[in-house]
Amino acid sequence: MFAVQSVTSFLATCAFGIIYNIPRKPLFHGGLIGMIAWLIYFFLYQWNRNDFVATFAASFVVALMSQVFARLYKNPVIVYSVAGIIPLVPGGLTYSVMSQVVGDQYNLAIHLAEKAFVLSGAIAMGLIFAEVLYQIFKRNFLHNMKKINTRVAFLKK
Amino acid sequence: MDGFHRINDSNEKNVTHEVAAVCVLAGKILLENGAETFRIEDTMNRLAKSFSVDQAQSFVTPTGIIFAIEGCDVTQLVRITHRSTNLRKVTEVNSLSREVAEKMIELEAVHRRLTDIDRSAKVYPDWMQILAAAGASSCFLLMFLGRWEDALPAFIAGGTGQAGAIYFHRLTKVKFFSEFMSSILVGVIAVLSVKIGMGSELNKIIIGAVMPLVPGVPITNAVRDVMAGDLVSGLSKSAEAGLTAFAIGIGIALALSIN
Repeated sequence: MFAVQSVTSFLATCAFGIIYNIPRKPLFHGGLIGMIAWLIYFFLYQWNRNDFVATFAASFVVALMSQVFARLYKNPVIVYSVAGIIPLVPGGLTYSVMSQVVGDQYNLAIHLAEKAFVLSGAIAMGLIFAEVLYQIFKRNFLHNMKKINTRVAFLKK
Repeated sequence: MDGFHRINDSNEKNVTHEVAAVCVLAGKILLENGAETFRIEDTMNRLAKSFSVDQAQSFVTPTGIIFAIEGCDVTQLVRITHRSTNLRKVTEVNSLSREVAEKMIELEAVHRRLTDIDRSAKVYPDWMQILAAAGASSCFLLMFLGRWEDALPAFIAGGTGQAGAIYFHRLTKVKFFSEFMSSILVGVIAVLSVKIGMGSELNKIIIGAVMPLVPGVPITNAVRDVMAGDLVSGLSKSAEAGLTAFAIGIGIALALSIN
């Protein structure tokens, strides 16, 4: 199951990269990010059956890895994050909403729609959380580097 | 750069006009191909700064860009009518703006390169995108713990859905119509495949095959824009994503009702 899940999630994220016209080199990095995110989501969900936590953790990892890859290879962040996010989108839930509506089960449909909304909120929160964390890290790190550099320059004098 | 251009007043005015034209073109390419709102504004302001125009203001919404330079009468407005996702162009504009910030390329050369990027084709041909959507559909089916024998119907339905999306988009420029039609295609193929005994679980086939059409990125981008404080873009993007989801949902619902 582990092998099937990782191969299919890698291929699916790469395929999404092709649909979104991502250039060749970031395509494979995106696939890697998508694979890791999906494995985190999948096994976290299998473990404690809480899809909110699983979605949040996976999208957090997607965003963090995208930030790192974007800085390393000097590409926009969205190139990496887009494909990795796709498997996390609650597509199945949205489908169930629609099929409940067709069956005139409006109460159930609204209940599921709320859940889908909250899950997409979890994705967004994961993204924002990672970005804020990265910025705090960068600011403090750069600040310290500057301090050290001025100290070194002072000593050299 | 500064001293070079400030020969006389009228020349300087022309230069600011040209800087504004370059910034707006860059913003237009970014917006039409799926970049995030704050990144577009950031890129435009950075580009202006690289050409020593410090007081630039940009306001980006999904349907138009306003770009103004304080202290002189240059203001540009661009209307955006179609949006799609072509991240190659976003990447290229990004690296161009990086180059401009580092080495000071001539204004005209930047303009020429932006026009080239704007005109450039997709990275991957249509058949490859259709194949990718088909493959993604059957991969998603397996990821959602579907059965192996359902992978083939999902492959066919997903590929046909993407082919339909490309074809109908060419036929009419109405985005929601093409999404609606292609989701009907997906639904009908899934239902038929179960009827003739090729597939077993209708739900999983449809969920897998509809994934390439689902507006996952616009939804996520919209929530992100709202949280970043770009309220206008965030709300209009979520309206767009909601309409797309609605079109797909109605298409699938129609296909299910013939079941």
